Amino acid sequence: MRARNFLAGLGLLAAAAAGAALWLRRGTGPREHVDLYYADGSMVSLASGSPEGEKLLPIARRVVAAARG
Amino acid sequence: MEAAQALADLTEISAQIEAAVLAKADGSIVASTTKDEGRAKQLAEAAVELVAAGSESRSEGPNLELVQLQAATPRGSLFVARDARHVVAAITGSRPTVGLVFYDLKTCLRMLEDEAKADKAAQAEKTDKTEKPAPQEQANVGKATTRRRTPSKKEADEGS
Repeated sequence: MRARNFLAGLGLLAAAAAGAALWLRRGTGPREHVDLYYADGSMVSLASGSPEGEKLLPIARRVVAAARG
Repeated sequence: MEAAQALADLTEISAQIEAAVLAKADGSIVASTTKDEGRAKQLAEAAVELVAAGSESRSEGPNLELVQLQAATPRGSLFVARDARHVVAAITGSRPTVGLVFYDLKTCLRMLEDEAKADKAAQAEKTDKTEKPAPQEQANVGKATTRRRTPSKKEADEGS
């Protein structure tokens, strides 16, 4: 009985760890964005979905897809 | 240094860069690491297009010239760096070390710029030497000269 409880706890722990790893992996995946750096040292980051980002990202998507096959 | 050599050095020092193109400001290709000319042209044109669109997106304020950009997509990243004469674009994987890639691209541009300056200086020096004869004063530098005594000075010396 004790051994069974121990194994069940161990399984639960392993499942939780795997879930957490998957969630973290999903959360830190590369998100689409364009970072623009200007001569005065400032930077503007345009996220996917923003009007300006959607103007620039299709160009990048096309070229990266063509270059990386 | 040739542009092709500069790009070869760039891909050698940066393992993250998979393909790179060096183009003039108008998008005409100067050198490329890819053998496929169509792809190189597409990359150069996209770089110029992105620079133009990026410059438009923030036009207010002084000295806001776009100097570099990174476009990150799930399949990989496109990096562009530029100076007054050239644009260099590079493709990397999906998790690049952004600062390092920019540093390498700017180093490539700086090497080309330094080389162009050195060539210009050498050319100017060459034309100066062929056009201008050496000035008389410079020709006498380092040579011993003898002074002649004037007759009045000679008389004064002998009288005393």
